[in-house]
Amino acid sequence: MVNLTIDNQKVTVPEGTTICDAAASVGIMIPKLCYLKEINEIGACRVCVVEIEGKETLVASCNTAVEEDMVVFTHSRKAMNARKTNVELILSQHDFRCATCARSGNCQLQTIANDLDIFELRFPQEYEKNDWDQEFPLIRDASKCIKCMRCVQICEKVQGLNIWDIVNTGRRTGVNVSKGRKIAEADCALCGQCITHCPVGALRERDDVEKLVDAIADEDKIIVVQIAPAVRAAWGESFGMTRDQATVKRLVAALRKTGIDYIFDTNFSADLTIMEEGSEFLERLSHKEDYAWPMFTSCCPGWVRFMKSQYPDMVSQLSTAKSPQQMFGAVAKSYYAELLGVERERIFSVSIMPCTAKKREAELPVMNDAGAGQDVDVVLTTREVGRFLRAKHVMPQILKEEEFDMPLGAGTGAAVIFGVTGGVMEAALRSAHYLVTGKNPDPDAFHAVRGSEGIREAEIDIAGTKVRTAVVSGLSNTRRLMEAIKNGQAEYDFVEVMACPGGCAGGGGQPICDGVELADVRGERLYQLDQEAPIRFSHENPSITQVYKDYLEKPLSHKAHELLHTDHEAWQMPLAPKK
Amino acid sequence: MSRLNVVKPNKAHSTSERLIREFEQRIIASPPGVCPVDMQLSFLKVCHAQTCGKCVPCRVGLGQLENLMEEILDNRGTMKTLKLLEETARNIQLTADCAIGFEAARMVLMGLEGFREDYLSHVQEKKCTAAFEQPIPCITLCPAKVDIPGYIALVGEGRYDDAVKLIRKDNPFPTACALICEHPCEERCRRNMLDSSINIRGLKRFAVDNANADQVEVPKCAPSTGKRVAIVGGGPSGLTAAYFLQLMGHQTVVFEEKPKLGGMLRYGIPNYRFPRERLQQDIDAILSTGVSVKRNVNIGTDVTMEQLHKEYDAVYVAIGAHTEKNFGIEGAESKGVYSAVGMLREVGYERYPDYSGKKVVVIGGGNVAMDCARTAIRANAEKVSIVYRRRQKDMTALVAEIEGAIAEGVELLTLQAPMRVEADENGCVTALWTQPQISGTYDKAGRPRPVKAAKEQERIECDIILVAIGQDVVCGPFEAFGIPTKWNCLVAEEDCSIAGMDGVFAGGDCVSGPATVIKAIAAGKAAAANIDNYLGFNHEISCDVEIPQPKLNDKLPSGRIHLTEREACERKCDFEGVERNMSLEEAQQESARCLRCDHFGCGVLRGGREEKW
Repeated sequence: MVNLTIDNQKVTVPEGTTICDAAASVGIMIPKLCYLKEINEIGACRVCVVEIEGKETLVASCNTAVEEDMVVFTHSRKAMNARKTNVELILSQHDFRCATCARSGNCQLQTIANDLDIFELRFPQEYEKNDWDQEFPLIRDASKCIKCMRCVQICEKVQGLNIWDIVNTGRRTGVNVSKGRKIAEADCALCGQCITHCPVGALRERDDVEKLVDAIADEDKIIVVQIAPAVRAAWGESFGMTRDQATVKRLVAALRKTGIDYIFDTNFSADLTIMEEGSEFLERLSHKEDYAWPMFTSCCPGWVRFMKSQYPDMVSQLSTAKSPQQMFGAVAKSYYAELLGVERERIFSVSIMPCTAKKREAELPVMNDAGAGQDVDVVLTTREVGRFLRAKHVMPQILKEEEFDMPLGAGTGAAVIFGVTGGVMEAALRSAHYLVTGKNPDPDAFHAVRGSEGIREAEIDIAGTKVRTAVVSGLSNTRRLMEAIKNGQAEYDFVEVMACPGGCAGGGGQPICDGVELADVRGERLYQLDQEAPIRFSHENPSITQVYKDYLEKPLSHKAHELLHTDHEAWQMPLAPKK
Repeated sequence: MSRLNVVKPNKAHSTSERLIREFEQRIIASPPGVCPVDMQLSFLKVCHAQTCGKCVPCRVGLGQLENLMEEILDNRGTMKTLKLLEETARNIQLTADCAIGFEAARMVLMGLEGFREDYLSHVQEKKCTAAFEQPIPCITLCPAKVDIPGYIALVGEGRYDDAVKLIRKDNPFPTACALICEHPCEERCRRNMLDSSINIRGLKRFAVDNANADQVEVPKCAPSTGKRVAIVGGGPSGLTAAYFLQLMGHQTVVFEEKPKLGGMLRYGIPNYRFPRERLQQDIDAILSTGVSVKRNVNIGTDVTMEQLHKEYDAVYVAIGAHTEKNFGIEGAESKGVYSAVGMLREVGYERYPDYSGKKVVVIGGGNVAMDCARTAIRANAEKVSIVYRRRQKDMTALVAEIEGAIAEGVELLTLQAPMRVEADENGCVTALWTQPQISGTYDKAGRPRPVKAAKEQERIECDIILVAIGQDVVCGPFEAFGIPTKWNCLVAEEDCSIAGMDGVFAGGDCVSGPATVIKAIAAGKAAAANIDNYLGFNHEISCDVEIPQPKLNDKLPSGRIHLTEREACERKCDFEGVERNMSLEEAQQESARCLRCDHFGCGVLRGGREEKW
């Protein structure tokens, strides 16, 4: 243990602790911009500088370890002046027209500048010119980038993709797409982790709220919304609501105030996915020699993009089942249009997702199987929905809970855990067990696939058949797993992959809370919802039984194939650059 | 007002003077990898600040060059901009009145030619080719990419074993490099910005002197792959490849022409610079990985390349450059004329010459010439002179070697071009005739050419002439086998493979021509990695030594610790080591000067180091 003094308080912390963490342990929160624990400890912004007794120069508290008897001042005049000047220098190259920034009110730089009483800038402003493909679902605004390098590091270290890189040297040093590529030419998975780890508004999703506003205004359109599982664990954060308060039913009530006609649950189509993907797995298993193994889940579009760009020769191992979002879109514009007795073209299909890659998935040229334009017309992230509700003057805090519309509003506990890493696997195993044995297993029998480690393996016994499973989240972990599979070091039958660490709960479209990773708490919430759900097996969802009976016949039927499965080879994805 | 005044130094003036000196140091420490166009622009701004303002081309023109370069750097430039830049610079070069203007323009033109690719990239691709790939200057400049900040910190903590282990991750010759590396790592050391570079080699020496290489265990080898690799040549490059390939689980067999291993480290560098028992420490450690060695084997007569190629899964050719260049002047065949490599090779065999009462002339200005001259001194020569065509300043030998030679009594006869050897009736050397030279205009590399001076030839009386004018590669048997050659060197690709030949690799001096030990080691390392891949593996070499956290050292300028040598009058009488180690106090102070660029600055961005390769 090391003993030191910070702002006249005695502190004792383990050896190797940074000054910053030592200060935090006694409630002194030193502001910082570039720091991301274990990912970006580079001391670049120099906002966290502190004074150390006996030292002339200030040190970055984020990556300087404590020393015995050190005397630290975090807010001496010298430290405060330095911090203020450095923030001013950052602002001199940052477009701080905050009113038009997606991160206004949730921006570290804005907060720090305010706290430090910076109301005028002593330096002239000059910011980098922006040149970006505004159609791409991931938008970068160079004029807001503060060169903290977090995006470079998160993409390299956590997602293993190196989409971002440092470009130029000297005063022109900046960040851009690596290898001189345009973003649309890059093998970006669109996971959005760079967005959720940007301290300012330099990175955001393409805003599609206006498309929804326009559609609502169009009287001919019937607006049908689906809400993804993970959204319910996070949407209230931007309203300052607790998770208990911010239930999905309260979100339903809020959305109903905006002029949307029908509000459904992606849990419905998650259950549908289990039926199709589970049946597909059992079908492949019964002709084992006809397929390459393992079979991979296909519900995460970031992962599908990763697979197509990094391992193009293994794409056939992806389940052909569409993601729940796309199954929902196809069903909404076919089965549901028929239920309503309206022309398919009148349905305007909206999805609310914790994800940025979903925007691209909805736009894929093959995702129009209902024959009425794209099956999903617009995808909004959890963040966009927050803005949309505020613009529509909705205060969800004061609303009473309301039920989903039916029949596409019915979902099970198995579906709700789609939003957390391991959930798809667990849900699939529950139903696979039923499909093989005709009997339900204990819904809690498959806890082995839960957990927060990057890669988890479990061998599951289904009526005497051993199924070797692996669950992975985060694309660096995924790459490790894929290499092990390719090299023959690991063999599995079924593998679930989620691009974002922790799964959709930690998705790139979720609300941003700088410096805090919320995937785990949100994931816990989803497990809790599963535990409390009256039905915990996808095959027991009454709406699912109904849709097969009335419309789809049975899993893997001709019609199911038409609407619910897809050809992953039918569209192009930029390949990974050669090393 | 007085008619004349004595000018007293004022503070502003002396501060400016000091800033100029310090700026020079700063330029030396320019980090590798920055945009050359941006650097050029900054130089130009300095040039422009120096202008007196009298003449148009310099006062206005240099400013316009700056504007054009800003345009290019901001990616607003076109080919037209580039053309205008070039034309304007040429105009300034042609019309400026004094050097401030025309030299500034010449530098711009030199850049336009020398790094045209970078200009074109800015103009055509709208991007810069420079990037901080590896921002730690010492590691960047070390051919073998040794983790220098890491081992300096370990030396500072007294963890000498760990320092040796860390060095070995990239270089299995820690002792050789501690004693005789030309230390390119020190060239752009960021410490130059404060005072002067860290004595990196000196600290490495402190490590290996306190933890002898043969006492520090080598890592465990990977499980055997069953693959066998033949290494032709037991010098630094061959043994480096052998060491790493053994660690990767392959069985290597080194074929060495001579009775002992070490190559030029033994048969080219005299004992007083690199004591043999120290060389043996590195070799023993390398052999402890299980390298098999066949000594006294001549390729071509005892075994052929065809056989090796057939019997082994891969072959690495690293035969070095051991033969003398042709000394083509009149009388070169006289008795008493020897090649430097021949003489040093004899010393390597421990057959020391006796030059008692002889006058010795050494021809050449490189490190080999210094080795010869200092060996001749130790062989009791009456007088030893180095004859060189250029000036002392132009010699390619390390400054310390030249100074060492002079201290031991070697005479430098510079600006003397050898013309012919004079011999007596028995054919024995009696003198070397030289033509005095004048230092002339610069050649392409920026070194003044020696030009015949309007002076008579001179006669330098001598009994022995040692010719140190370069070395060649014995390409014969390898050429016959089919390895391409160019300028008497084997031609290998950057990955050490041979174009069109499966499983044959080459590297070190036999490919590069005579170079440094660290370059030979780097080639051996690259060859090992690529041979491993060729054999179908991807073994990683890493080191589990934990690097100490950087300390909050004060950044006060302080003097660099230099290594001292034994007194010249004493050391010149024996072949024992010349250099003395640092004291503990010195090593700790020197280690603490390290600015830890692996942690501070851009180095931290990618974790400060490559932990494996």
